[in-house]
Amino acid sequence: MVHLTIIPKEDEIRDGLDIPLTGALKAVHLQLANDEDRFTTSVYGSKFAAADLPRHEMPDEEMPKEVAYRMIKDELSLDGNPLLNLASFVTTYMEEEAEKLMTESLPKNFIDYEEYPQTADIQNRCVSMIGRLFNAPVKDAEASSAVGTSSVGSSEAIMLGVLAMKKRWKNKRIAEGKPVDKPNLIMSSAVQVCWEKATRYFEVEEKFVYCTPDRYVIDPKETVDLVDENTIGICCILGTTYTGEYEDVKAVNDLLVERGLDTPIHVDAASGGFVAPFVVPDLEWDFRLKNVVSINVSGHKYGLVYPGVGWVVWRSAEYLPQELVFNINYLGADQASFTLNFSKGASQVIGQYYQLIRLGKHGYRAIMSNLTRTADYLAESLAALGFIIMSQKSGQGLPLVAFRLKEDPDRTYDEFALAHQLRVRGWIVPAYTMAPKTEGLKMLRIVVREDFSRNRCDGLISDIRSCQGILEQMDKETVKKQQEFIHKHHVVSGKASHNHPKYHKEKHSLQGKTGKTHSIC
Amino acid sequence: VDPEEIIHHLKDIRLQEKGSGSQRQNHLTPYNSSYASQEDIPKYKIPENGTPGDTVYAMLRDELDLDGRPNLNMASFVNTYIEKDAQKLFVENLGKNLSDNDEYPAMISFSDRCVSILAHLWGVQKGEKAIGTATVGSSEAVHLGGLAMKRRWQEKRRAEGKDAYKPNIIMGANAQVALEKFARYFDVEARILPVSAKSNYCLDPALVKENLDENTIGVFVILGSTYTGHYEPVEEIHKILDDFESQTGIDIPIHVDAASGGFVAPFTYAKTGGQKWNFELPRVKSINVSGHKYGLVTPGVGWIVWRDESFLPKHLIFELHYLGGTEYSYTLNFSRPGAQVIVQYYNLIHLGFQGYRAVVENCLSNARLLSKALEATGWYTCVSDIHRPPQKQAGSTHASSSSSLSSKDTPADENREEETSADYTPGLPVVSFRFTDEFQQEYPHVKQETVSLLMRARQWIIPNYALPPNEDQTEILRVVIRESFSFDLIDRLVTDLVRVTETLMENDEVDLSLLQQHQGGRRRPVTKDDKRTQKEEREREERKGEERGEEKGKRMGEGIHRSVC
Repeated sequence: MVHLTIIPKEDEIRDGLDIPLTGALKAVHLQLANDEDRFTTSVYGSKFAAADLPRHEMPDEEMPKEVAYRMIKDELSLDGNPLLNLASFVTTYMEEEAEKLMTESLPKNFIDYEEYPQTADIQNRCVSMIGRLFNAPVKDAEASSAVGTSSVGSSEAIMLGVLAMKKRWKNKRIAEGKPVDKPNLIMSSAVQVCWEKATRYFEVEEKFVYCTPDRYVIDPKETVDLVDENTIGICCILGTTYTGEYEDVKAVNDLLVERGLDTPIHVDAASGGFVAPFVVPDLEWDFRLKNVVSINVSGHKYGLVYPGVGWVVWRSAEYLPQELVFNINYLGADQASFTLNFSKGASQVIGQYYQLIRLGKHGYRAIMSNLTRTADYLAESLAALGFIIMSQKSGQGLPLVAFRLKEDPDRTYDEFALAHQLRVRGWIVPAYTMAPKTEGLKMLRIVVREDFSRNRCDGLISDIRSCQGILEQMDKETVKKQQEFIHKHHVVSGKASHNHPKYHKEKHSLQGKTGKTHSIC
Repeated sequence: VDPEEIIHHLKDIRLQEKGSGSQRQNHLTPYNSSYASQEDIPKYKIPENGTPGDTVYAMLRDELDLDGRPNLNMASFVNTYIEKDAQKLFVENLGKNLSDNDEYPAMISFSDRCVSILAHLWGVQKGEKAIGTATVGSSEAVHLGGLAMKRRWQEKRRAEGKDAYKPNIIMGANAQVALEKFARYFDVEARILPVSAKSNYCLDPALVKENLDENTIGVFVILGSTYTGHYEPVEEIHKILDDFESQTGIDIPIHVDAASGGFVAPFTYAKTGGQKWNFELPRVKSINVSGHKYGLVTPGVGWIVWRDESFLPKHLIFELHYLGGTEYSYTLNFSRPGAQVIVQYYNLIHLGFQGYRAVVENCLSNARLLSKALEATGWYTCVSDIHRPPQKQAGSTHASSSSSLSSKDTPADENREEETSADYTPGLPVVSFRFTDEFQQEYPHVKQETVSLLMRARQWIIPNYALPPNEDQTEILRVVIRESFSFDLIDRLVTDLVRVTETLMENDEVDLSLLQQHQGGRRRPVTKDDKRTQKEEREREERKGEERGEEKGKRMGEGIHRSVC
């Protein structure tokens, strides 16, 4: 994860190696070349190939670039195969032309508007396209126009959304002469961790709408009942990360309107924002609803761009308090900026524009339709294998399949065991404990991404079947042992040594309190 | 005149001539497609149908040619050159997500190693468990560092049973926008202290003393002011805080924003002129640096390190479970590219200490050359000090003694024949310069801004802006010397600057006023976004004007000029 890292103390660094092997090595008389070759034969003939890579302290001397490249590349081959990672929504495939374009833009600093005006213009076009895709009000000439910006990802976008809602609420309260010390935000307990981060870091109280064993999304009535004068806004998720279901934004909006409340809604459409408009264009979840004031979407999920781009759009400038916007005045050009990050690469924004005009609505629709078909096929196959399908089918949710095992007292294994067993075959299919108050419901989730074709889907189904076969033959004890073994030897994070004991078992998040696992987004 | 409207109008005429509906589907080369001449490339709405990849590639590449040339941009610290091998690594890892530790363990371990290497580089002390993380840039890092300080302060205040509603933070007016953003977004009062020539246009230790109180969550000290490249006196401020603690018992921490300096100061022979700035000072709790500045990576990576785990409140860390494994997260961004981290590690082990030293010393040597050349013309004087011998300031005897030591008694192992940065005032390789007073008297009609504009016509980007308050009457031109700015380019730059200045001296007022109206920068199509920006800009300026009681329409609008870092 995003890697808070311990820096090992002197006595913890054992000469480079994490596990001392030297004692086990026999002293053999060898006749080896002892010239300290810097770089005369091939990369592997140099002295660097026989030494460990520096880990804790910067080396004093340089290393030839070919060697550094090769050493790093070789080590990176230990990373997983993105194609078999069914846990993540993040794009792992782009066309060659797009890659070329992005490579050429590597040294461009996105924030440097004056130097790279065309790149800045391209961002504005993307915002405009995405705003229109979400039906931002563009027809009404009177209303002030919608605004938006790019971000590094949905996390940043959500933090910006929360900041804007908080500041707007605060300004209103101060104008009314009321206290501003207890803002709260209403959200589902199935939210991504960045919502919890946003509320904690910006000091907003969280009000959760809990899921139940048979309802994995918010209940509109329960949600609106929680609204009080200190509510800065409501978060609705378009496609929860657990089951991919779309929350009923329209019902929440209608209830608010019915009760005459003007509480703003922020729609977290990180994954759904590039799916719903193409697959179910009639579903009303976006700016067509009066109380929806801001929407965020990840470009690097179903926007089909490599990691590093997200978008947030506000219904109108009025929902983005001015004091949050900073101006960068640079060589006569003023640019308003509302971001948490400043300098960053421009490639991903250019990649997004490439995808938008390269594919067009038709292309996105074709891809999303294929994904929906594949997900339906996978869901039906798994149902036939005896799993309970928890996700929606035929475009009623994200193209993912969430499923669990049937209740069976004789069963010796659980979802986590199955996930571990699949890991041995190379597939990363995550198992989760559901959102709190669902009685410890466990589930498995498969995300269908652009590069997950029908053919690989078949491969996965047969592997699930065979893993189940293996597990069924074991008794409880063996399953447990097997699981521990896999956890130790096949799962990377099980081995992570950099984790910090101090931060173990934090108790402040939903995960710490209830054992909910955050799914990877 | 709206250029877009004209083109739109002309297009309508032509389409009628041809007869509508005859969309050509020929696709021999990218320039045969309908976007080549028939249709405008979609700008505001996602098109109904797609276009082949090679066409879109060609169109976008051609349009991006209108962007500036990264290497001639003297305005930015952001690195624009990486080696071919590094680029190869970058492209191969473009699709990797840094937040997916289960999938990319090797990449994550590189990130850990970079943090470890940086902590050691910055003198982490024995017995402390330093902790750190990769970020998207220094902005995120500054926010994280500031938030940790705020939370520590809140916890302390609450433990003492005192209120924790009015936190404030101290920084100089030369601070980057990110520092001010932190204060605004996280509800901390920003005490922005004015700078003066005496304080080298940096945070003034004397003013710090006056602004401390029990609600001060910390002090942001900048290692390498972006205006003039001066290092702020971390050790001096440290002493002031020590005195404050001995008087009042209030312990105030320091966060060092070493966005540029973190990869410069440790490598140069000059260091920071004998003053300590890193974890050797106990009050320095966290340091951030931009990997994409003198860390020599392309944009998208920064780092923050806390000296000990105890300075990172547990309250802020989120624990995330994966398939049985656990990771801790304290960042504002989640999914994001990891290729920059790989290139950072590549640079660290490829260049090593000596390699980084060579790069930074070259930059400084080039910066000195440029400074001296500019001053030799007699028209310009430098506000930056890196080409001047180290000053012997009263109050920092320690500093002067050790720097004179390093220039006289050269250690035996460093048989230096050439001069190094140790013979000069330490600082970032930045040259800030302005017209001399004599020049201004003799040619009162020549504006510095015009130099900037004319240089732009020759492709150089050299910004001209006002120093931070209270020195905002002085305008400076600033050149940042980066790795890729070699001796040869310095030569060309000086030649062009001299020519431009000569042209200005020879011409009279009328021509120049015309030039000034034609504001720099290319004309961009006016989008909705821009219109809003302008509107907002006006409102904002009015608001600011009211707040500060300044007259409206002052040329430099805002008091503090935001430079791109």
